[in-house]
Amino acid sequence: MTTEVAIVGIGMHEFGRTEGVSGMDQGVIAVRRACADAGVSWEDMQFAFGGSMAAGAADTMVSLLGLTGLQFINVANGCATGGSALFSAYNTIRSGVFDLGIAVGFDKHERGAFRVNTKGSGLGDWYGASGLALTTQFFGMKINRYMHEYGISQSTLAKVSEKAFRNGAINPMAWRRKPISEEEVLNSAMLSYPLTQYMFCSPGEGGVALILARADKAHLYTDKPIFLKAAVVRSRRFGSFEVLAPSIALEHNAGPTVDASKAAFEMAGMGPKDMDLAQLQDTESGAEVMHMAENGFCEHGEQEFMIQAGETEIGGKFPVNTDGGCLANGEPIGASGLRQVYENVLQLRGQAGARQVPNDPKTAYTHVYGAPGISGVTILSR
Amino acid sequence: MAQVPVTEGVFTWPSESPQLIGSRCVTCGNHMFPVQQGCPKCTGAETAEVLLGRRGTLWTWTVQGFPPKAPPYAGDVDPKTFKAFGVGYVELPGQLKIESRLTEADPEKLKIGMEMEMVIVPLSTDADGNEVVTFAFAPVA
Repeated sequence: MTTEVAIVGIGMHEFGRTEGVSGMDQGVIAVRRACADAGVSWEDMQFAFGGSMAAGAADTMVSLLGLTGLQFINVANGCATGGSALFSAYNTIRSGVFDLGIAVGFDKHERGAFRVNTKGSGLGDWYGASGLALTTQFFGMKINRYMHEYGISQSTLAKVSEKAFRNGAINPMAWRRKPISEEEVLNSAMLSYPLTQYMFCSPGEGGVALILARADKAHLYTDKPIFLKAAVVRSRRFGSFEVLAPSIALEHNAGPTVDASKAAFEMAGMGPKDMDLAQLQDTESGAEVMHMAENGFCEHGEQEFMIQAGETEIGGKFPVNTDGGCLANGEPIGASGLRQVYENVLQLRGQAGARQVPNDPKTAYTHVYGAPGISGVTILSR
Repeated sequence: MAQVPVTEGVFTWPSESPQLIGSRCVTCGNHMFPVQQGCPKCTGAETAEVLLGRRGTLWTWTVQGFPPKAPPYAGDVDPKTFKAFGVGYVELPGQLKIESRLTEADPEKLKIGMEMEMVIVPLSTDADGNEVVTFAFAPVA
């Protein structure tokens, strides 16, 4: 008999650009806010999992938070760093080792597209030298092929961005807080055909911390516990089409998102139709479109109608990326997957303010995707 | 000006009909590029070097519209002179799909399914004044 797990405290440092505050300091602020939210102190934490890609080893933050001797394990898993920290914290409690702990992620990246470390990614120097080591190219190529196969229009890509910035505008923690029209999105610089500047998220800064407890003790910390029903991370299989790949197989495999999604639904004992809202990886607007289908929320190609009809808006049939997603929040790698869970906790508590999904949502889904072909999914319920 | 390849062991050079150098799994026949030991398909540990086909069809594509960061990029990154370049995956029949620069960067002229052929293109000039070349795929006229 495994133990159920609840999220009992959440904390976030504003996403975007915060001059003069290091990535780690943003993580520390997120931890303090999460502790305040749960009504606990750092001394109460029995364990921590944390990570960042570019802002230092997470475990060194104990010298800022207090040297309490807790078990602190660093997590480094690319774009799924936050999701992996949460997976680890979830299973630590589920297995009964500890009762209360924290998952934290933070980051601070240089401006512009990610500078890929080709050696660290197992690629030869020739790959970057030849102009192929850009994650943006993958996203352009994946959605270009997808549009060709399933009839998704550029207008739909632009509408995804328009929605993201509109939701970001009513999210006090978001980076991009100005609405941008579909026309402005379409007319912005073409970075990687068919994707324009405002269809891409930017590397950014921010921090998120989540405090987890045994479900049967959650009432000690909150009157609105949110239960973590599933946390899954999957890597790619042979034949999937992934970022930074000098070659891909002739055979086609649907990719790690499909695997992670199926496993998460199985773990939670639920299906896509049981979800009231979702935060889906939107590195660029095409990714949100494709991930709707890869996570099982529609058939391939149905997104064209759904998005044009406004079904994924906050007031729509199935709201997606209610906090503005990566497009409006930017992508601090270590924190990005936890930001999605933070938003879902707010939505399920009924504390999402101007962007609260109506009709009292009871279940919520998160999905993160990134290099080198890794996906993380969580399912939350009240 | 002497021409030097961007690296050794990725394509045959100099050659009148240059080819990419890949690996073939001794156990299951799966093709890989670039050369690698160990097969991601069958988990076999033994591979043999193989020269890949020079022609295929365009499976998907994009256009690199802004100068990449240098390093790692070795080509022109001056925003005033930078020229957008095509990037795509070319499906080599019976082998695999290769990611490559494309000689064509006009979205009007790039079509999924079009015939492509491997060529060698200039990339930059090195410290010794040599022209550094890399591989690309060009539409078959």
